[in-house]
Amino acid sequence: MIPLSWFLLLSAALFSIGLFGVLSRRNAVAILLGVELMLNAVNINLVSFWRYGTVTTMSGQVFAIIVFAVAAAEVAVGLALVLSVYRQRNTVIAEEIDMMKW
Amino acid sequence: MEIGQLVFAATGLVVLGSAVVVVTTRNLVHAALWLVVTLFGVAALYAILDAGFLAIVQVVIYIGAIAILFIFAVMLTRKELRDQGAQLNRGWWLGALVAVLTFAGLALMVRGWSGFSTLPKAIPAGFDAVGALGNALVAPDAFVLPFEVASVLLLAALIGAVYIAFTRK
Repeated sequence: MIPLSWFLLLSAALFSIGLFGVLSRRNAVAILLGVELMLNAVNINLVSFWRYGTVTTMSGQVFAIIVFAVAAAEVAVGLALVLSVYRQRNTVIAEEIDMMKW
Repeated sequence: MEIGQLVFAATGLVVLGSAVVVVTTRNLVHAALWLVVTLFGVAALYAILDAGFLAIVQVVIYIGAIAILFIFAVMLTRKELRDQGAQLNRGWWLGALVAVLTFAGLALMVRGWSGFSTLPKAIPAGFDAVGALGNALVAPDAFVLPFEVASVLLLAALIGAVYIAFTRK
């Protein structure tokens, strides 16, 4: 029997690691990798609340599936933006992408 | 410790260890491959949580599509950042501080919650979780509207991605 706390603490730790990646990496692709870690941490939480709450209510799993769809959309648009910027500026380092800053 | 707890501990160590490598390694191709390990570990966690369908969806969509997309993106943008130079920005310690504080805050908050150490209840005999999930996704009194909105969002995002990445000759 695994208590719910183990899953909650694991997903909190995974979320924090992803947050560190988002805040500290210079490469835009690596920042998106951190976002994926954060989305996965949220999904662990949603599924464990489904399992430890009312199992016959499927809300937790449905929300996890919607997070899957949003993650796929996010990564497609994000990587397309990175590729487009790379073609124009020849860089993927986040602090050098400053076309909209003046 | 029971066998289930041991399996959880091993999976959790794999997930957290590979996640740390994802955010710290210099080589981005390695980071993307370690992300695959993390995603496999999360799929195993779904299996531990009796969500078999989500475990398979995780492998098919996250590892089969998203992680491969990342590897493509890393390879297409690799001319500039060839593993030399700093991979972390100057304020990385601030990011680490924010991450540690976030973890401490989350842990403190869930510790004070009354359901913190709930044990799982047995799944009712004969309950078909995959069937119930399918019904919930298309039932008008359940989640058909969010489901359709998510599909429209995905379509719009993919069209947008093609438009953004398209090269005009």
